[in-house]
Amino acid sequence: MSEDKIIITISGKDKVGIVAHIANTLAEFKVNIEDIKQTIMQDYFVMMMLCSIKNADKTFKEIKDGIVNSGKEIDMEVWVQRKEIFDNMHSV
Amino acid sequence: MKDFNVQNIMETIEMIKVHHLDIRTVTLALSLRDCASEDIKTTGRKIYDKITKTAGSLAKYAEDLENEFSIPIINKRIAVTPISLVAESCTNPDYVYLAQILDKAASEIGIDFIGGYSALVEKGCTNGDKKFIESIPEALASTKRVCSSLNLATSKAGINMVGVLKTANVIKKAAELTADADGIGAAKFVCFCNSVTDNPFMAGAYCGINEPEAALNVGVSGPGVVRWAIENMPKTADLGEVANTIKKTAFKITTTGELIGRRLAKRLDVPFGVIDLSLAPTPAEGDSVAGIFEAMGLEAAGAHGTTAALAMLNDAVKKGGIMASSYVGGLSGAFIPVSEDAGMIKAARQGVLTIDKLEAMTSVCSVGLDMIAIPGDTPSETIAGIIADEMAIGMINKKTTAVRIIPVPNKTVGEEAEFGGLLGTAPIMPVNRLDSSVFVNRAGRIPAPLHSLNN
Repeated sequence: MSEDKIIITISGKDKVGIVAHIANTLAEFKVNIEDIKQTIMQDYFVMMMLCSIKNADKTFKEIKDGIVNSGKEIDMEVWVQRKEIFDNMHSV
Repeated sequence: MKDFNVQNIMETIEMIKVHHLDIRTVTLALSLRDCASEDIKTTGRKIYDKITKTAGSLAKYAEDLENEFSIPIINKRIAVTPISLVAESCTNPDYVYLAQILDKAASEIGIDFIGGYSALVEKGCTNGDKKFIESIPEALASTKRVCSSLNLATSKAGINMVGVLKTANVIKKAAELTADADGIGAAKFVCFCNSVTDNPFMAGAYCGINEPEAALNVGVSGPGVVRWAIENMPKTADLGEVANTIKKTAFKITTTGELIGRRLAKRLDVPFGVIDLSLAPTPAEGDSVAGIFEAMGLEAAGAHGTTAALAMLNDAVKKGGIMASSYVGGLSGAFIPVSEDAGMIKAARQGVLTIDKLEAMTSVCSVGLDMIAIPGDTPSETIAGIIADEMAIGMINKKTTAVRIIPVPNKTVGEEAEFGGLLGTAPIMPVNRLDSSVFVNRAGRIPAPLHSLNN
């Protein structure tokens, strides 16, 4: 179900351990990573993760707050959005 | 996965974060027809109970969706059946009391505005309508969230000129009663030609008598996104290409409104009504319709060419948006509220954007002379003339037009009115000082126009 899919976008200054730190938080919330894409733009690290919250036992808000706070701990900006917004906007 | 596209995700986030893409309003249209009774207190109690029960979760659900999709929903609103109809059968119709009930209910459930303190009088007034219209200034002065509107003309009925003059007096009095806040009472009132029954935007939202029990209507925003898309094009791009870019951008903006609207309607357990394909600016820097004109290549809003640019913008937004939603309605046109648009404010301050140019612009777009501050000593008869002109544009062109004008008490040209929040700041514009009083005092109706021989 696409309603269970979320896109997490993480951006900030590149450093060691970003993927590990975020992935660890996702595991705690039982959020499954289905795909990851990442790039470095002018020293900035940008990573997008396609995840499923199907088996997560917390509410959307709790999961989102958890991931955003986890990003803050390592000075990264984090956006968590339901995937449908992208599906709708970019396909006719 | 094919739809996990980095560029698309970056673009969406940039639209929201940098270019102010947002949902301007989610407006629950709610019928109050079953609240009529012979006693005003009973009607008031029914209204309060119905609003708080049906819309009690509107603000919370909207906030949940903002969080889930990371897109701001600027206003949560309710539009109700015109109160003139709901209260007319009361033996003791204290309309102001009902306005206060609406305000209390709106405050209780945490919404921003409630519209529908309205009457439809394009062909004339009932006894109830007459008393209702007189109550509008006090109702606006004694409430915070209530918005009021009057429909004074349609293409099929003509223009009710008695209503036009009464309305001008209502506007003057509403401003005077709120003189300490630059006449903000008048900013919560609008009069229409061809008003629409499913409009989610204030001050003119009401739930028409042809509407279902309840429906969720959505108004999107996004002038900043359109401006950005045009700015990214080369200056040599021809206008066909510019129109195409606007269409594509409008499609993207509208899909977001459709998604949020449908989700919210489902959670509230009401049908999804319509998406209003409008570009609603906010006073935030960059979120400006005037900014789009500048991106198209005009020095500022008001330059010769502005009406043409607006006509193209308005049409392209509809063409792009219509593909993105099953149900389109409301006003659906670019808004040009002076006080709510940083670019318009700037142009008005410089004196390059005049009330006459704005009037011309309203012939090609919704929704009329909007949020325009004029000197407080402007006679009612002159305001009536301004309204009559605007109604005539709507009547002849079979479109919605409106007037939301504020004669700012004790202020004049060179000064500014400060309304705060979304209502913004309005430099006071000069109006024509010629006398219109004999014409507007003739009373009667301007007959409906011929609907054939269209030249």
